[in-house]
Amino acid sequence: MAMHEPLIFTHSRAGRRAAGQYPREVEAKVPEHLRRKRPAALPEVSELQAVRHFTRLSQLNFSIDTHFYPLGSCTMKYNPRACNELAMLPGFLARHPLAPENLSQGFLACLYELQEMLKEVTGMKGVSLTPMAGAQGEFAGVAMIRAYHRARGDHERTEIIVPDAAHGTNPATATMCGCTVIEIPSLPNGDIDLDALKQALGPKTAGIMLTNPSTLGVFERNIREVARLVHEAGGLLYYDGANLNAILGKVRPGDMGFDVIHMNLHKTFSTPHGGGGPGSGAVGVGERLLPFLPVPIAAKEGERYRWLDERDLPQTIGRLSAFMGNAGVLLRAYVYMRMLGREGMHRVADFAALNANYLLARLRAEGFDAAYPERRASHEFIITLKRQAKELGVNAMDFAKRLLDYGFHAPTTYFPLLVPECLLIEPTETEAKEDLDAFVAAMVAIQREAEQDAAKVKGAPYTLPVRRLDDVRAAKQLDLAYVEPEQGA
Amino acid sequence: MSAIPANLKYLESHEWARAEADGTVTVGISDHAQNALGDLVFVEVPEVGAVLTKGAAAAVVESVKAASDVYTPVSGEVVATNDALKGSPELVNQDPYGEGWLFKIKPSNPAELDTLLDAAAYGKVVEAEH
Amino acid sequence: MPFIPHTEADVREMLATIGAPSIEALFEEIPAELRTRELTGIPPALNEMEIARLMHERAQQDGTPLNFIGAGAYDHHIPSAVWAIVTRGEFYSAYTPYQAEASQGTLQLLYEYQTMMTRLTGMQVSNASLYDGASALAEAALMAVRAHRRSKSARILVPATVNPTYRQVAHTITEGQRLSFDVVPYEPALGTFDPKRLAQYEGQDITAVVIQQPNFFGLFEDVDAITDWAHANGALVIAVVNPLSLALLKPPGEWGTKGVDIVVGDGQPLGVPLSSGGPYFGFMTTRMEHVRQMPGRIIGRTVDLDGKPGYTLTLQAREQHIRRSKATSNICTNQGLLVTAATIYMSIMGAEGLERVAATSQQQTTALVEALTRIPGVTLAFDGLRFHEAVLRLDRPVAPLLAALAERGIVGGYDLSRHYPELGHALLVCATEKRTDEDIARYAGALAELLKSA
Repeated sequence: MAMHEPLIFTHSRAGRRAAGQYPREVEAKVPEHLRRKRPAALPEVSELQAVRHFTRLSQLNFSIDTHFYPLGSCTMKYNPRACNELAMLPGFLARHPLAPENLSQGFLACLYELQEMLKEVTGMKGVSLTPMAGAQGEFAGVAMIRAYHRARGDHERTEIIVPDAAHGTNPATATMCGCTVIEIPSLPNGDIDLDALKQALGPKTAGIMLTNPSTLGVFERNIREVARLVHEAGGLLYYDGANLNAILGKVRPGDMGFDVIHMNLHKTFSTPHGGGGPGSGAVGVGERLLPFLPVPIAAKEGERYRWLDERDLPQTIGRLSAFMGNAGVLLRAYVYMRMLGREGMHRVADFAALNANYLLARLRAEGFDAAYPERRASHEFIITLKRQAKELGVNAMDFAKRLLDYGFHAPTTYFPLLVPECLLIEPTETEAKEDLDAFVAAMVAIQREAEQDAAKVKGAPYTLPVRRLDDVRAAKQLDLAYVEPEQGA
Repeated sequence: MSAIPANLKYLESHEWARAEADGTVTVGISDHAQNALGDLVFVEVPEVGAVLTKGAAAAVVESVKAASDVYTPVSGEVVATNDALKGSPELVNQDPYGEGWLFKIKPSNPAELDTLLDAAAYGKVVEAEH
Repeated sequence: MPFIPHTEADVREMLATIGAPSIEALFEEIPAELRTRELTGIPPALNEMEIARLMHERAQQDGTPLNFIGAGAYDHHIPSAVWAIVTRGEFYSAYTPYQAEASQGTLQLLYEYQTMMTRLTGMQVSNASLYDGASALAEAALMAVRAHRRSKSARILVPATVNPTYRQVAHTITEGQRLSFDVVPYEPALGTFDPKRLAQYEGQDITAVVIQQPNFFGLFEDVDAITDWAHANGALVIAVVNPLSLALLKPPGEWGTKGVDIVVGDGQPLGVPLSSGGPYFGFMTTRMEHVRQMPGRIIGRTVDLDGKPGYTLTLQAREQHIRRSKATSNICTNQGLLVTAATIYMSIMGAEGLERVAATSQQQTTALVEALTRIPGVTLAFDGLRFHEAVLRLDRPVAPLLAALAERGIVGGYDLSRHYPELGHALLVCATEKRTDEDIARYAGALAELLKSA
């Protein structure tokens, strides 16, 4: 593994260039007062220098292709290479988003079929593929709920109920939509507190945002009761699909009573995480919200495909992107779903649950504490290191950093906020048993280290390009862009 | 054990208030609060002249792991803010009841001070959180 | 089943360890009545060979026509090295860099990206991307309202020459919050925005003014006058720019006397293929004084325990996972992979390469305009100075012509009649450095033929 690579700017030399990439030189016509006086200080390197620099940078990363990556709620499953290659076929890659419909039939066919498959697995009546990430999907969902109430003449419904275990995007989204967030607690066993829910419901309730299985890694057993209560109070149910991998093909959100759902195609449907994105947060809706879907939407009329826009859906909440969302991501999800097919779609959750429950059982057998020991794991589970933190002074962060030395990307730490010193672990279905066993062995080794030499664990990692970084300094002495050292300094 | 000076008043949300001789009220966050937040990296104080209602969010204290609102214990006009915090937010961690003060407010309704928690009552709040 | 490594022996052993009789038993907590029956709406599985065949057919069905269209997405040449590196597994399948020590590749790249964007736009700080240019404009508007303490109106002035879809998206995204957009008309004869139109707002409480440069018609606006008016009137300035054009044009940080306050746009021209509409990426840069109001992730440089320089996500307290309902935005996932492409592209091309691409695109668009306006029935709508797009007026409806051109393998431009009906039969055309003189001749020939026969 490469251990260090200087900033690209240090490789620059005045006049160095990758001339093979430049078109011929021509003079630009720009009025004097608008002309750029000095060129931007971008790198001046040869093509090889650029290639070497960025290749070496890539070698400083952990990734699914190189490491087991059990990040809870992120679903780090294998990103099939075929998805990438086929989404980047020249016909799709060179196509302009505004090309006329008669030059878009192949592309639209893929998108239309993707919409249909997503409707089928979620039990919803309509799908829009335009939201570009889960958070945008959430936004679309809450905006549609508000639009629905307003269309009925009900302007009082401005409250969104959110469990305290929810992902941060849920309350942030509700605020962005101009709603007030009402937080309700979860019970010690992980289910929603129904009494708290009843108290929170009322004439101002627009809806509730739920994840099921919840972020605590357990299935919300009272879901039908929750749905009944919320609907009776006049509110709608929003489903955060981040954990769809746990129930794909087993139970459908539409059948659970949800009115709107967002899916994270970059989680459940295996599109690449790319170091932070791009994602895709497709939304699905039941009958009530169909008129409000964000546009454009692919439609099929006879044997031809076309786009539906504001003229076809006059009550749409509008557009979330300049074009139709992250098209390339959608094509990757389409290829993945076609490769899983009907049988495969039912079995993803089988092996996701098998791997999660196996890992949970092995870790418990080795003495680790599960946050919800009486519950089955869904596709993920929580281990709490509260005891180790108290008795040994070694906490979840320390275990996470030491796992890096053992060649594993750490699980999600300190989320959900409800469980102290937690590790949220999601192996996904694409990991082999031996890799899970190796992870357990590493956790056991770290536990032993913690008992015998706590300082060693607390000082980890040791074998990566950097040791632990000074976060406080990063936030106090802001260095967010490289400034060249002064000449002659 | 976090320090809870007996001569101050407190809010459940961990702010302290000190009535000064000139009639103004100095506001800061408690030792318990600064400890929970960790090293502060930034403090956003209200504008001098701002008119606030009791319980309104007046300032923000930011650490690496959290950014928390600071609520004003009394209604009134902000008459001074602690400029030293701009370059040294860590003053709040080092001396939360002294050098780490956040702002001074001229109370429009001095009776509000009597509704605040005293040191003993605030001590119980802190105990319950553990 | 594809991608599943489990053998029957594996399954048996694992169930034994769990203490469950079957995989089915792992789902016993789900109420039986809710369980799904067969997903008949999903077709049977295809193996890789079969899906490859299908996708090849579909891709070929649409062909690879000649693009003479821009309108927010541009057909530029991308050096092969860019995507060869971007699709390396270590970039492609890496996650958000929450464990900084294991993500120094991504983090350092993002720091380099942030640096390049500040230099390109003439501002002090950049975030690590937003979804696209349109949503970036929405975020900029929300940010301006947060950052501008003294203004209470939350009114944003937007010239009608700002991309109409961007305005639609900005409206959709900010709808739930008390923001309003006042659209200010452009000069119908010139196609640009006249700063004198701002006089009617003098003395009013305006939170921000948006300027797009070049504007949606490809023309240059009087950015200095608009910027200075806004600041004199106590408003912030939001610039919406094509990053490639900044190789030729004065950057927004140097507009007017003080420079603008927030810069946004779409980074697609920098090494991101058209790919049928996305994924692209939105960029945002601003002044240091506004950094805490800027949405999205930000990478900072710091040191590790040994004093060695390293990179990490910073200022996270503003983001959704910590601040929750009070976050600057709900954004979590961004467009990291595309930023990777843009950073590599900017490194290979450098300022000189970008300048050449920009200048050649401008020249080819001029050549295109000359060739097309020689055809009877085609006139240039606005003859002001422009970047690489132009508005042409035709003597008949544009849509059927575009469909006919498409049949001939040419995407002739963007029909403006829907968003700008006052322009009549108007077409926004674009030629980048990829369009050769032969390509242009082919388009001109096809259009001439179509216009003759009617």
